[in-house]
Amino acid sequence: MTILLEGAPLAPPKREALRRTIADLFSSPFNAIVTVIVAGLIAAGLWAFLRWAILDAAWSGGAEACRAHSGACWPFVRANAQLMVFGVYPQDLLWRPALSLALMAGLIVASMIPRFWSLSLALGWVAVPAAVCLLLSGALVGPRVSTNEWGGLPLTLLVWMIAFAGAFVVATPLALARRSDMGGLRTAAVAVIELVRGVPMLVALYVSRFIVPMTAPGVEVNLFVSVETALILFVASYLAEIIRAGLQALPRGQAEAAAALGLGYWRTMQLVLLPQALRAVIPALVNLGIGVLLSTPLVAVIGMTDFLSAVREAASHEQDWPGCFTTAYFVAGLAFFSICFVASRYSRWLERHIRADGHA
Amino acid sequence: MSQKTPIRQAAGVALALAALAAGFGAATTADAGPTVDSIKQRGVIRVGVGSQPGFFAPDANGKWQGFFIDFGRALAVTVFNDPDKVEFTNTSPQQRLPALQAGQFDVLLSGVTETIVRSFKLNFNFGPVVFYDGQGILVKKSIGVTKASDLDGATIGVQSGTTGELNIADFFKKAGKTYKPVVIEDTNAFSQALLSGRADALTQDASDLGLRRAAFPNPDDYVLLPERLSKEPLAPAIRWGDDLWLQIVNWTVYAAIQAEEWGITSQNIDTFLNSEDPAIKRFLGVDPSLGEAIGLDPKFAYNIVKKVGNYGEIFERNLGKSTKIGFDRGLNRLWTQGGLLYSPPFR
Amino acid sequence: MTDASALPPPAGETRLAALARWWGPHPLAQAIGLAAAAAALALLASNVLTSMARVGMEPSLDYLTQPANFDISESLIVYRAGDSYARAILVGLLNTLKLAISGCALATILGVSLGLLRSAGNPLLARLVDAYVEVARNTPLVLQLFFWIALTRTLPPVRQALEPLPHAYLSVRGVYLPWLTVEGGAIWPALAFLALLAWGVHRVRRRLGRPLSLTEWGLAAAAAILVPAGWIAADGVRFAASLPQLKGFNIVGGVSLTPEFAAMLVGLSVYYAATIAEIVRSGLQSVTRGQWEAGRALGLRRTRILQLVVLPQAMRVITPLMTSTWLDLTKDTTLGVLIGFTEVTAVIKTSANNTGNAVETILVLVVVFLAISLPVSAAINAYNRRLARRGLVTS
Repeated sequence: MTILLEGAPLAPPKREALRRTIADLFSSPFNAIVTVIVAGLIAAGLWAFLRWAILDAAWSGGAEACRAHSGACWPFVRANAQLMVFGVYPQDLLWRPALSLALMAGLIVASMIPRFWSLSLALGWVAVPAAVCLLLSGALVGPRVSTNEWGGLPLTLLVWMIAFAGAFVVATPLALARRSDMGGLRTAAVAVIELVRGVPMLVALYVSRFIVPMTAPGVEVNLFVSVETALILFVASYLAEIIRAGLQALPRGQAEAAAALGLGYWRTMQLVLLPQALRAVIPALVNLGIGVLLSTPLVAVIGMTDFLSAVREAASHEQDWPGCFTTAYFVAGLAFFSICFVASRYSRWLERHIRADGHA
Repeated sequence: MSQKTPIRQAAGVALALAALAAGFGAATTADAGPTVDSIKQRGVIRVGVGSQPGFFAPDANGKWQGFFIDFGRALAVTVFNDPDKVEFTNTSPQQRLPALQAGQFDVLLSGVTETIVRSFKLNFNFGPVVFYDGQGILVKKSIGVTKASDLDGATIGVQSGTTGELNIADFFKKAGKTYKPVVIEDTNAFSQALLSGRADALTQDASDLGLRRAAFPNPDDYVLLPERLSKEPLAPAIRWGDDLWLQIVNWTVYAAIQAEEWGITSQNIDTFLNSEDPAIKRFLGVDPSLGEAIGLDPKFAYNIVKKVGNYGEIFERNLGKSTKIGFDRGLNRLWTQGGLLYSPPFR
Repeated sequence: MTDASALPPPAGETRLAALARWWGPHPLAQAIGLAAAAAALALLASNVLTSMARVGMEPSLDYLTQPANFDISESLIVYRAGDSYARAILVGLLNTLKLAISGCALATILGVSLGLLRSAGNPLLARLVDAYVEVARNTPLVLQLFFWIALTRTLPPVRQALEPLPHAYLSVRGVYLPWLTVEGGAIWPALAFLALLAWGVHRVRRRLGRPLSLTEWGLAAAAAILVPAGWIAADGVRFAASLPQLKGFNIVGGVSLTPEFAAMLVGLSVYYAATIAEIVRSGLQSVTRGQWEAGRALGLRRTRILQLVVLPQAMRVITPLMTSTWLDLTKDTTLGVLIGFTEVTAVIKTSANNTGNAVETILVLVVVFLAISLPVSAAINAYNRRLARRGLVTS
């Protein structure tokens, strides 16, 4: 097998591209065999999936219908949709998590459009999580709902959003401190970053659950707050390194030009260096965002009913719906996959878009 | 000309948000000692529970249901006269005790076994036993085992963080036999270990195993071995050093037991309001002297029975013969019927 | 600036100046800031002690020597309920390391193969690898682990175990393979001698600067056979084949992998292989086309160009990324808690539960992971600094 390593050539016209692809598929006898085997594998996989998801699946009825079918159990999803999406949030107040979900989804979509990138969007990342917290807790209207009863998809998104937005606030000074010419400050920043990065997220969560509440005697530290504190610090230690890489990649001339204009340190950072550095690392930021979202199911380990654990809870009601784990996991996987796949495609598009714009 | 810079604005907003989070997450208590004060200030009781339909599980609408859940609701009635002023959090057996210690719950109603080590060394206080149990072993009928000692060399599923994990090690040591443990933390994955054949047997509180067996696709293929390896009195657990809270927990449970002894149910309770029996009058708060003397709502027992039910109702509703689970009351009968449930007098 | 004044006076002048330069501007503000941070940390620590005292707990590591009365599913060393907590934690740590090392090896082999397959010129194969990478990287690792453990639970029960090869069994209880056991003596001195010999031959070859002659190879081979054989005879070492067979409730004998370990190993490898495939791809892409053309102009073949020109340069991008991926994998072994693989976190949590020393046990856990990750992280930083000094990378 030969190894092709050249960069992608300029895209030829469609028909030409098709012809070339077909030629590549059968370029040598060995390659032809590989093509046939791979095509067979793909076809078998697709067929198995098709049978499971559609042909052999139960589409209506109850648990009996599912037992009679060997494929997916879609009635289970319908019957448990509320538990899976909203967790144990009080049933008569479901408009709150539903509205929260819409708010957060709106913010994420808005953030994906470069035209909207501005200060007000940054403020949106502060305002929306705050609004969702107030909404879910019932601080503004209606009965109070404790953080322990928040759950499902809104909780997953909220945990992610606060951790990610909060991490920016912590990571930016950390990254600046790590690049500072003040030795003491630099050492302190390195210590914080390396110590936090050195422990697994699960261990950080244990610390947040069992030790953080003890740091303030006489004060009741809410589990949600201590978990977010730990997550913000945890994400910030990774984010600080990304921002630092962005700053490092900038040519020295930028800082020198700013100095020549008479800008001080803060002005230089704020107006010249940080905006460029952040732009340069957008793909890494999106990757980190995906990574954090995919790690949020870990909060279930310390007792939060996030989306995945709500799905597992639904699937564990074996008296009513025996053997629905596969269907449940598929639904959860599909939800995570769709969000993250779109995000990673978006990141690639953005990378090209920015390069084409000439910013880098 | 102080033009507000974006960074400064963002910093201001971040500070505001941090302040909000602090106010939102942390309720400072005047004197942090008594749990009751913080409960009242918070307006809700925080209860740690497990995940096992029958004992504790959210239903398809996300509302918690189960035997232990009802005792949590009874506590909320005692403190707030509202069975919904309580929040339940699922916590694995392995994490529940440290979490209670760290102050994340006011009470654990997750089927904790009362032991002397947990009382003295781990510093927990226990309320009255709400469920008398013993450790059992659940096996598949087809492996042909009839008693625990037949399991020499078998693979046995244990749940980490339970007394069962320690008892089974003791049992095999004493019997001079060996076993291969499969240690599982996740309560949902525990049943799967037996169903899939990963383990030959599961060991855990017999009641828990009974609940699991009832949920199996073919319950009749599995059998609970006759031996009980241990005594497992399941009781509400609270942090050490909180006498008032302990009393409230105690007498909430006793009220449910005493009501059953007198035959007072949520259905017929109002007919007892006219009772001439002075003890019942005191119990239901018709005569308010008792409640005033102890500093609780004089009608707390009435409210518990009216809104949640007596012990027998709680048992039957969640675990009894009318449910799919179909447990026998066993030791959990009133002392008058040969069981162990006994309430001190309400006077 | 107390540190600086503590330095010995003779060399003091220059060292002090160097330190002052390193410490940089605003020396006093820095010192005050750091002192304030240290004080805040001390306050938090003392608060934890106060909180513990309030629920009647006293910080202590005494529990480490007390008996741990629980069993552990799998262990590399002898362990029974009743051994000390310290030993139980060591069992967990060894399980963690076993999983981390085998996981890193498997993920690397799989990831590098996938990275190369993707560039192997068959578009359909490349798409398939792409799809694999997308699915693995865009779903939670936790979910993938749940999937793998659920898959092991669908294997046949132990009495109907599959026997794909003679004496190799696959069942819901795990994988069982025949194994060679050593009895009557120790084999490690022989193995140590072989390792030493290989290292010696390598050194001699480099020193001589020429290939070894046939006689020299013969001498080395004779030593490699005779010395270990002599040791084995002298020490009374016997080898025996241990074949797995069904006995009572379980398959006994041979060497086995539990399904929990297998699910973790497969899950971590599959997930991180996708990451490694991406790293390999980006590493290869980081080498410009000019390098290939230059190699071709010198008349080198593709494989030689890859080996001599492209890979050494790509490795500069690949090495640090790969190392930090291995570190991530090691940290993710803690997810074993979720599917019942008893690694160090699980043992420590059980200890916390049984002894009540939650704070201390969790701090032990933090220390264990820092001891693994800080050295690795320092090595990556040193490597990057070295490359940066040589001007080989910009960042």
